[in-house]
Amino acid sequence: MLEQCEGSHAVAAAVALSRPEVICAYPISPQTHIVEGLGEMVKSGALSRCEFINVESEFAAMSVAIGASAAGARAYTATASQGLLFMAEAVYNASGLGLPIVMTVANRAIGAPINIWNDHTDSMSMRDAGWLQLFAETNQEALDLHIQAFRIAEELSLPVMVCMDGFILTHAYERVDMPDQAQVDRFLPPYEPRQVLDPDEPVTIGAMVGPEAFAEVRYLAHAKQMQALDLIPQVADEFRQIFGRDSGGLVKPYRLEDAETIVIALGSVLGTIKDTVDELRSEGVKIGVLGITSFRPFPISDIRDATAHAKRIVVIEKCFAVGIGGIVSRDVRSAVRNRPQPVLTVVAGLGGRAITKASLTKLLNDAIADKLELLTFLDLDWDIVNRVLEREKKQRRSGPIAENILRDLGPSAAGA
Amino acid sequence: MTGAEMLSIAAFLGGRHAQAFPSFGSERTGAPVVAFCRLDDKEIRLREPIMQPDALIIQDATLLHQVDVFSGLKKDGYILINTTRTFEALGLGEFARDFRPERLLTVPASELAMKHVGRPVPNVPLLGAFAALGGLISLDAVQAAIREKFKGAVAQGNMDAAREAYEIVMEQEKKAEAHHA
Repeated sequence: MLEQCEGSHAVAAAVALSRPEVICAYPISPQTHIVEGLGEMVKSGALSRCEFINVESEFAAMSVAIGASAAGARAYTATASQGLLFMAEAVYNASGLGLPIVMTVANRAIGAPINIWNDHTDSMSMRDAGWLQLFAETNQEALDLHIQAFRIAEELSLPVMVCMDGFILTHAYERVDMPDQAQVDRFLPPYEPRQVLDPDEPVTIGAMVGPEAFAEVRYLAHAKQMQALDLIPQVADEFRQIFGRDSGGLVKPYRLEDAETIVIALGSVLGTIKDTVDELRSEGVKIGVLGITSFRPFPISDIRDATAHAKRIVVIEKCFAVGIGGIVSRDVRSAVRNRPQPVLTVVAGLGGRAITKASLTKLLNDAIADKLELLTFLDLDWDIVNRVLEREKKQRRSGPIAENILRDLGPSAAGA
Repeated sequence: MTGAEMLSIAAFLGGRHAQAFPSFGSERTGAPVVAFCRLDDKEIRLREPIMQPDALIIQDATLLHQVDVFSGLKKDGYILINTTRTFEALGLGEFARDFRPERLLTVPASELAMKHVGRPVPNVPLLGAFAALGGLISLDAVQAAIREKFKGAVAQGNMDAAREAYEIVMEQEKKAEAHHA
């Protein structure tokens, strides 16, 4: 049924429809509304046969999810930003043990400087942790991906992270088509664990493995993610048959026919990029968009095939590997290896900086004119940067950078 | 943010696509907050903040001279201010001359909320007033959105406040148009 609701509410409802048995979470912006919503549903009885466990930290949240999952329960948690970092050790354990936990990451920047706004640095910090990572473009897709995530996680016995842009999606009210329980039940069977802590058939989970087999365990984790490259599109197909809409899959091509320039991105910024590309198309520019839904596993073949005829690839990413540059674009480069097309990295939207159609239009026109450098920071304020560099040149005790910048900018900066 | 949310719900109930979102600042009770709402007949994909609004609803007139609230507003745009005063009295007489007079409206939304709901929460009466503006959403849709958000006496009070605000603005528009003609 169509409804107009907040993204967090849509996700909480989707998780509830997936019949989780244990939910454990520690609140952090911008994830809070999701777990608040689920807590209310458990308390009111609207979500039955589910235990909501308040924990003292994100590390505990993931640890409880690991225990619950190992005991055979469908387990869910959600976090963001510093919360994800705080649970990092347990994040690796969940995947290393092969436990199909589903976690929402309401994407938010990582401090310092402390910043509650959106970018993808948090999820990207865990990109090599062995979890699958699916990125939602809209609230509808965030809703749908959660239902698919339980199915994918449990078939593979691997955890899945559903990444949705903090505030931009979590706090946005928009139209979603909310499935009913019967549809979800048809799509998502009860959890049948591959491994379970059962007193009648005791097993150990979490043994120490030495040099004789550690590499093999790791390789198997990789092999399973490679299986996911087949499974994710299959699950999206089945989802379409039951729910009647396209959601999920590995990549999302948009107006790629005859495209000489292909823009690659993840998450909600795809909407603004598509609007920009429509305008450029109407002016006769041959340009298209390739959205990446599955960042882990990384769909190398799909990206390689979709970009085969492009003259250039522009990767717009809300994250940044300090000391080298792009993160998504490095993976894209490995997909198009041995080809002459340049892969241009554009770092944008860090810490909630708005990514506007006007800036994108200028950026893409520069790219088309081959005027874009290999690494570009969209809308970087060079005055701010240069003032700091000048100050550091002039005096040894130049002071804290962030605070100096805020003082340079004046009172409007702190208020916003 | 509640106002933008409810506006989006009213537009949705009226069959439109709507997208409402906050300015994502650290929202605290009493701190200045900006929230945005886009309405369209097709899916809304754009995620940038609204920098050139067609309409501006100002809940707190004390912000008028502290923040550049009119930034980017189009010259044929609508302005709706929660106040008991006129544009002249608010010190906006000069500024208002560039705009179409029938699109500059005021409504005592806080007072209407006090009268009908017992608390000075101007969101709902402002929405009622907005329904009288440009016909983007109907008063019926606003009333339906109120029934989704509130129950019982609070819902009824808000519905009454929205209706009175709607009528006040309709009256202003008629006067402005008559004066104009």
